[in-house]
Amino acid sequence: MLKIENLHVSIDDKEILKGLSLDVKPGEIHAIMGPNGSGKSTLSSVIAGNEDYEVIKGNIFYNDENIEDLSAEERANKGIFMSFQYPVEIPGITVTNFIKTAINSNLKARGEKEMPAGDMLKKIREKSKLLEIDSKFLSRSLNEGFSGGEKKRNEIFQMAMLEPSLAILDETDSGLDIDALKIVANGVNKLKNDNNAIIIITHYQRLLDYILPDFVHVLQDGKITKSGDKSLAIELEEKGYDWI
Amino acid sequence: MAYTEEELKKELESQEYQYGFTTDIDSETFPVGLNEDIVKAISKKKNEPEWMTQWRLEAYSAWKEMEEPNWHNVKYKKPDFQSISYFSAPKTNKYKSLDEVDPELIKTFEKLGISIEEQKKLAGVAVDIVMDSVSVATTFRETLAEKGIIFCSISEAIKDYPELVKKYIGKVIPRKDNYYAALNSAVFSDGSFCYIPKGVKCPMELSTYFRINQAGTGQFERTLVIADEGSYVSYLEGCTAPSRDENQLHAAVVELIAMDNAEIKYSTVQNWYPGNKHGKGGVYNFVTKRGLCNTNSKISWTQVETGSAVTWKYPSCILKGDNSIGEFYSIAVTNNYQQADTGTKMIHIGKNTKSTIISKGISAGKSQNSYRGLVQIGKRASNARNFSQCDSLLMGNNCGAHTFPYIEAKNKSAQIEHEATTSKIGEDQIFYCNQRGIDTEKAIALIVNGFSKEVLNKLPMEFAVEAQKLLEISLEGSVG
Repeated sequence: MLKIENLHVSIDDKEILKGLSLDVKPGEIHAIMGPNGSGKSTLSSVIAGNEDYEVIKGNIFYNDENIEDLSAEERANKGIFMSFQYPVEIPGITVTNFIKTAINSNLKARGEKEMPAGDMLKKIREKSKLLEIDSKFLSRSLNEGFSGGEKKRNEIFQMAMLEPSLAILDETDSGLDIDALKIVANGVNKLKNDNNAIIIITHYQRLLDYILPDFVHVLQDGKITKSGDKSLAIELEEKGYDWI
Repeated sequence: MAYTEEELKKELESQEYQYGFTTDIDSETFPVGLNEDIVKAISKKKNEPEWMTQWRLEAYSAWKEMEEPNWHNVKYKKPDFQSISYFSAPKTNKYKSLDEVDPELIKTFEKLGISIEEQKKLAGVAVDIVMDSVSVATTFRETLAEKGIIFCSISEAIKDYPELVKKYIGKVIPRKDNYYAALNSAVFSDGSFCYIPKGVKCPMELSTYFRINQAGTGQFERTLVIADEGSYVSYLEGCTAPSRDENQLHAAVVELIAMDNAEIKYSTVQNWYPGNKHGKGGVYNFVTKRGLCNTNSKISWTQVETGSAVTWKYPSCILKGDNSIGEFYSIAVTNNYQQADTGTKMIHIGKNTKSTIISKGISAGKSQNSYRGLVQIGKRASNARNFSQCDSLLMGNNCGAHTFPYIEAKNKSAQIEHEATTSKIGEDQIFYCNQRGIDTEKAIALIVNGFSKEVLNKLPMEFAVEAQKLLEISLEGSVG
């Protein structure tokens, strides 16, 4: 589904990713762990198509298509989703209005008709139930005055609504208390199926207690230095990153 | 490709005016220039009574002695008032039925999306369409007449209801009030007149569409709305203008009078031609709008200003009666080289008077957008309250947002609050939307609509949709 080959990425002429490779297949959950400044957020941004980052070398293939020249919205319309570490506020636009606009933009890009209001409402109800979201929350301005936990839950709610085939969760666990973490993890697990894939980017292994990854990769100084299974995450938690 | 801010700015600047077309109608136009004879000729042309002619002439002599104001935060080449033609009207100006209306005119209306046929069928909106200077079609008048409501052109009102016009014209905005008001009083071509009798709630939104359509003719509209005791009216005013190279002058006067316990809601969507992306051409819009509130009455101004090269406009409320309420809700969008100096004056005279000011300024391109507002609390106005909120949204680094709030309080019991914010459309906001599959154009529309929501919500439904569309045309339409 996602194949990254020898990726070199820089921002403001500073090289952050220095030859990263990754292969993600449908149905898999990959966790990418690493210390601060190792390039974790750069990786998620560059997959999502943030043009602040420059790809110097290497390729990103998504469903066998080189996506280097695709804009962020084109990638999103093809099913790439990123849960933001710091979701932005859009005052005056409700969660419902925003997600409706997003879904219809996706459908339009795929040459399909807009979703009828009734279907939209039904889907919103179903997915908000899944994530234990109060209906009052949906009529609030997007992320405005949201707590850290509400912001993250809103990100996963959008993921549930958009049903992406590749979801990147960038530090989704940060700012979550244990109850919110469980709800978010539970939601992600329910959304997981054999046709989609998830990349979890995290500093701590905490979230991995609730979402079991198939692979764990250690990202250090712009490269993946070690890969393994869940036990690697536990080992990192105990020993820190320096032992690798 | 996603947009960088730089690209976005360039795209915005390359926007073209969507309603840039003119109608080829055989018009009768006066020679250019302004003098007493022209004023008399205008009055004669309109078969006005002697008192009206005199009224105009007095205004003209006052205007001659006045100077064009220059305290505002806009820069433009002063119009040459002697090179403007002060009267223009489609030659045949009375139609018994729509079939008699010039097909060209109908086409223009259709391009504007306001075909008369359609408007007639659409329940709830009566339209008094002003094409250039003379009303050419009025609908729903009969329905309104049943309730005793008068809704007609000001020229007709001068003929048919002289006592009402005589009593109220120039009472809220005296002829000598300011340079442009004096000019308008001397040469006003036409406009709308509305009278709601005591205790009557106007059953539909009254709507007028204005349109400048003659090269080189100034448009001097005059509107007078009188809501008698205990009545209610919602009045909508909207306009677009065709693309022109030369500057067009527009100096309207709107007077509102709310008697005891009456309420007037006056909504405007303004989309005059703003000039091209190099700042050439465009309409000069120097408007005086003011309402007088008597006891327990309320006047609410809502405006969406997206057009004009230069805007100078301060819809105001004189809160004369005790317990009266004044409101001002405004969205002003400027792009390219547009300049807007707009705001309001809330003059608290009566006791327990309340005013609310919500101003949203959106600046893009190389435009300058200023809010100028006066909150004045008189000696007698005990327990007066005002709340003002002025928010500015900037796009790019070459535009400007300015706020000039003036507060004069002469009564110690007054409570005055003023809040102001300035923000910029962030690339992170746009990227967030992009990542959800929303393109940049739509993302900007979303952000701008969200920013303007408090004001958009104040517009009647019929207008809110159109206003939202205009906002998108003014900013988003350029980013495709």
